[in-house]
Amino acid sequence: MAEALIATAPAAVPTRSAGRRLAKRLGPIALSLVVPLLLLLGWHLAVKAGMTRLIPSPADVAEYMVDFAVGGIWDDAFSATLHLHLLASASRVYGGFLLAAAVAVPLGLLIGRIDLVRQLLDPFLQLMRPIPVTAWLPLSMILFGLGPKSAFFLVFLGAFYPILLNTIFGVKNVEPRLFEAASMLGCRGNAQFFRVVLPAALPSIFTGLRLGLGLAWFVIVVGEMTGVPQGLGAVIMDGRTLSRTELVICGMIVIGIAGFVSDRVVVMLMNRALRWSPMHRG
Amino acid sequence: MAEIPILDIKHVGKTYTLGDTRIEALRDANLTVKKGEFVCLIGASGCGKSTLLRIVAGFEQPTTGDALMWDKPIQGPAPDRGMVFQDYGLFPWLTVRENIGFGPKSRGRPKSEVAETVERFVNLIGLTRFADAHPHQLSGGMKQRVAIARVLANDAEVVLMDEPFGALDAMTRERLQDELLELWQRTGLTVLFVTHSIEEAIFLADRVVVMEPGPGRIASEHRIELPRPRDVSSPEFNEVRRELGARLHSHHAKKAA
Repeated sequence: MAEALIATAPAAVPTRSAGRRLAKRLGPIALSLVVPLLLLLGWHLAVKAGMTRLIPSPADVAEYMVDFAVGGIWDDAFSATLHLHLLASASRVYGGFLLAAAVAVPLGLLIGRIDLVRQLLDPFLQLMRPIPVTAWLPLSMILFGLGPKSAFFLVFLGAFYPILLNTIFGVKNVEPRLFEAASMLGCRGNAQFFRVVLPAALPSIFTGLRLGLGLAWFVIVVGEMTGVPQGLGAVIMDGRTLSRTELVICGMIVIGIAGFVSDRVVVMLMNRALRWSPMHRG
Repeated sequence: MAEIPILDIKHVGKTYTLGDTRIEALRDANLTVKKGEFVCLIGASGCGKSTLLRIVAGFEQPTTGDALMWDKPIQGPAPDRGMVFQDYGLFPWLTVRENIGFGPKSRGRPKSEVAETVERFVNLIGLTRFADAHPHQLSGGMKQRVAIARVLANDAEVVLMDEPFGALDAMTRERLQDELLELWQRTGLTVLFVTHSIEEAIFLADRVVVMEPGPGRIASEHRIELPRPRDVSSPEFNEVRRELGARLHSHHAKKAA
């Protein structure tokens, strides 16, 4: 039995100088910055060369971003309002997303596990699925009026399907062996739902949540075109109407960063919850 | 009055229907196993040995005949018949401790009792240092020890093993065979063990049941009288191996003819 213990004994690691270790850590970060920096440079040069008069230079956008965040430069209607718009959008994104998760995960578990529920709901849901979220916009304005409720609904709709489909997939793909193992150990029938199905489907559920949250940020711009006063989507629409391209670009950048940070948070939670899965290590 | 066998397989047959084709996996199998016996089922693939094991486990219902445990029909899987799979079948999201505790916990044992049982079996299989590791961090041999322990921790009377050491390297396999025999001798378990290795069957079993395919059925039974511990390199062992090997191959030859 002693040999078995060797299986996870750490291999000897040659010691490296601190400098090389640092280079090893910073190397990937430096590499990942190459393309964005080149794009920025290209953008700067293109504006400088007068190739376009409608797009501001990166420096102008950066200056405006500072004003948008903390004010003190232009002091117009959008100065120092970033946090308000971000908060408004984030509350809709997370609200719609959490509601979608709260409905789609249990529903997916039921559809994947109970034939009657699947026969009842699956054809209907499959029929509704190809309808793009944007196509729901007019109807949602009629149903929920002009305002945040409509944005909330569209985000919900956007996040709903990826979560639902991945949950169903996860439930259907539980290894049959695990049901046999559970039942011969005395865990049968409904008890298997929480002790086998749910944990086994968790990796797929997380994949669905990740996709759903990404789509929620995606949809928010559409959702906030419905005449809400605040929100990053509203900022972008206002920027378009007022021909203030720097405002549009600022809104785009903030949505990009917010979406990225959201995703990292989900990935962190996922790595924590799925420590047992070799596929999700790291 | 004759002693009631722990397992009694009476004229058991199993036919699967796949679309329009019917496949007879097992025909008229008869086998009795006494409490504490170590029985190996051996045969080429398609001989129905795994089907027979799965019927005893309760995963499959026989199409004909009766499978009895303590004279009562087997109805579905239950903790008194623990199964050890070749691919382990451990729950990947549970630690070694939690995998072993899965059965007792499912059966509603009090927490303190579960914890005590788990500690006992973690120590028994020598995985104290890995008690909080997840299955993906274990070697194949360690995983199979956990799979055996979780069945024993759940008070199984009969341990059903479906080529449990088939995926392990030769060294690990031999060590686990020794450990299994030691456990069996210490606990008075009844073991029904499926293998395709003649040597493994002779090394482990009180009785070897030879099965043959097309349709799957029991061909012959052989009591292994060699004293334990058995030496696989002894002339006596080889004599039995030759005999049993000839037996297996004659079945094949008959089929080929």
